[in-house]
Amino acid sequence: MSDKMINGALGMLKVFEEENVDVIFGYPGGSVIPIYDKLYDSEIRDILPRHEQGAAHAADGYARSTGKVGVCMATSGPGALNLVTGLANAYMDSIPMVAITGQVKSHLVGKDSFQEADTTGVTLPITKHNYLVTNPDEFVDICREAFYLARNDRPGPILIDIPFDISLGDVAWTDRDIKRLDCYEEPKPVDDELIRRAAEMIAQAEKPILMIGGGIIASGASERLFELATKCNIGVVHTLMGKGAFPETHELSMGMPGMHGMAYAALALQNSDLMIVIGARFDDRITGDLQKFAPEAKVIHIDIDAAELDKIRPTQLAICADAGDALDKLVPACKPRDKGPWEDQLFAWRKQHPLTYSMPDEGIAPQYIVEQLYDITGGDAIVATEVGQNQMWAAQYYKLDKPRRFLSSGGLGTMGYGFPAAIGAQIGNPDALVVDIAGDGSIQMNQQELTTAVINKLPVKVIILDNGYLGMVRQWQEMFFDNRLSGVDLTGNPDFVLMAEAHGGVGLRCADPDKVRDTLQQALEVTDKPVFVDFLVSKEENVFPFIPAGKGVDDIMFD
Amino acid sequence: MPNIHTLSALVKNRPRVLARVAGLFARREFNIESLAVSTTEDPAMSRMTIAVDVSGTPLEQVRKQLEKLHDVVTVMDHTDDAVVERELCLLKVEVPAEKRPEISALAEIFRGDIIDIGNGTLIVQCIGDTGKIDAFIANFREYGIIELVRTGKVLLARGHQKT
Repeated sequence: MSDKMINGALGMLKVFEEENVDVIFGYPGGSVIPIYDKLYDSEIRDILPRHEQGAAHAADGYARSTGKVGVCMATSGPGALNLVTGLANAYMDSIPMVAITGQVKSHLVGKDSFQEADTTGVTLPITKHNYLVTNPDEFVDICREAFYLARNDRPGPILIDIPFDISLGDVAWTDRDIKRLDCYEEPKPVDDELIRRAAEMIAQAEKPILMIGGGIIASGASERLFELATKCNIGVVHTLMGKGAFPETHELSMGMPGMHGMAYAALALQNSDLMIVIGARFDDRITGDLQKFAPEAKVIHIDIDAAELDKIRPTQLAICADAGDALDKLVPACKPRDKGPWEDQLFAWRKQHPLTYSMPDEGIAPQYIVEQLYDITGGDAIVATEVGQNQMWAAQYYKLDKPRRFLSSGGLGTMGYGFPAAIGAQIGNPDALVVDIAGDGSIQMNQQELTTAVINKLPVKVIILDNGYLGMVRQWQEMFFDNRLSGVDLTGNPDFVLMAEAHGGVGLRCADPDKVRDTLQQALEVTDKPVFVDFLVSKEENVFPFIPAGKGVDDIMFD
Repeated sequence: MPNIHTLSALVKNRPRVLARVAGLFARREFNIESLAVSTTEDPAMSRMTIAVDVSGTPLEQVRKQLEKLHDVVTVMDHTDDAVVERELCLLKVEVPAEKRPEISALAEIFRGDIIDIGNGTLIVQCIGDTGKIDAFIANFREYGIIELVRTGKVLLARGHQKT
């Protein structure tokens, strides 16, 4: 080890600078005071949320929208535990994050000390890896490893639990040498033989379809995917996590399949003879009943995580590789292919089964609001969502042509994710238009972050599709539980306009379909503070199409 | 029907590595039949010998998930390899003095040793592969086993093959 010593907190912040960290979303407390003390003199911006969960989701939204590693921080015990949902959320969606938690002094660990929790124990199954720092000689390299692991291979959240004495005292400083790190691995070249076989299978297929997921976005492979799809004229369906990886306005975009996806996307998969799946993992919300899912299709599965290959759907060809690396080789290996009868069929399905809704007698159609938002913003916003009906309508009606524009809790389905994620995205993209499509239930889960947005002058637009219900649960109760509405009535909601104003933001309300565009326009004009727009929508609108859980495409319901 | 495979995992000798592996098995509902952990020739490494029932989950998935853990270096499936496999069993039986020769003879058959004589009790030790240990235990049942413990198997690949 080196004989150079440095203060622990300072050493950590120096590694952050090496890693180009420009912002930390953190909440102080006793055991991280040494870190906050050094942050006082640092160039790194610190954003103070109003709850640690907000910090974790903001770091996640920052990471999704910028492609950089998001950093959040909390104190020991309750602070660290409040990060848990955010870490699990990032883990499920493979989002690169580094979480710093304070821990009680080393000699007090394991003694049930004040504000002590077993943070590494609790977060063990919801982080890609975590560390409890016990040796000051290792601390600096642990910080470097955390960033390396967060962004390399399949990305994910890494947590470092730092006892008070480590950040307060001196630790060994080593010069940066990534290849020396314990976790370093030489990049593995993509197997040429597998690529050759993939190209052959594509050439032989009569009814090929691409299914792409978040792996394309994580890899930054959108352009290469575009080349493959357009060179071979293969239709592209995207998962929720893959939204924006391929331009949704392109002729070859066949929409999102799954429980609330487009019928034409489901039909495209179902009738294909070859699924080329890249950076997606056959989630149950996509496949429904596995036995009935695209039974005729052969599968080429490209994923960076070997454990995803043959986990759910057996493959005919599995390629363990980064999506971009694989596409680099696959695009030139494939012969150009013209559109044929299969593509005509795909486009015909798209024409036959467009997304539809009708204007309700009372209240505004929530789909109409998202459609108008899309129209007014020219599809050029960063769109965060909460979870539930709002999320599905956002995925259905706000088309995106670029990656890193859709911030949604795909795997974990975390209500309360969207608003803090939008805050993180706005900080990472100060000039972008950032919108959170929310429900009246979800927005109340992290509404405290209004203060964070106001103080930091973040013009995040929160579009509340306010139906006075926990809408998705109400929909299931209506359809599968004899409409016995239990625990879903949100009567007694706060006045969202007053709430925004009480925090120093802007509050708007709209109950008239004819005023939707004007209201949205008004919201978009605000540039220095958050806006809550309370849209009073039709109370009992349901999300369609709908393939009930565990069913197949034949069971699709259109209304 | 259980379908037992034996994996040998070389892991970094770090705090919580056992918790990580055990946690992974629990979370993904992989059934551990037995697990033995010890240090190795390299003080920085530990070896885990894990007997896992793969009737519910394909072995390949178990192996890949293990390999994803940052502290796991290699995972080998030795089910069909030439290996030396051993397990140690201690069992305590209630034995009146007159029956001691009988127990001693039975232990002898399994090349077991009587390693403790108490007030009317004996502790017998046996070392062997899982099948032998199972047979050893079965034969002692009729004498009334008071307590029993077995280590779970450990193994090494024969010759120059890596474990």
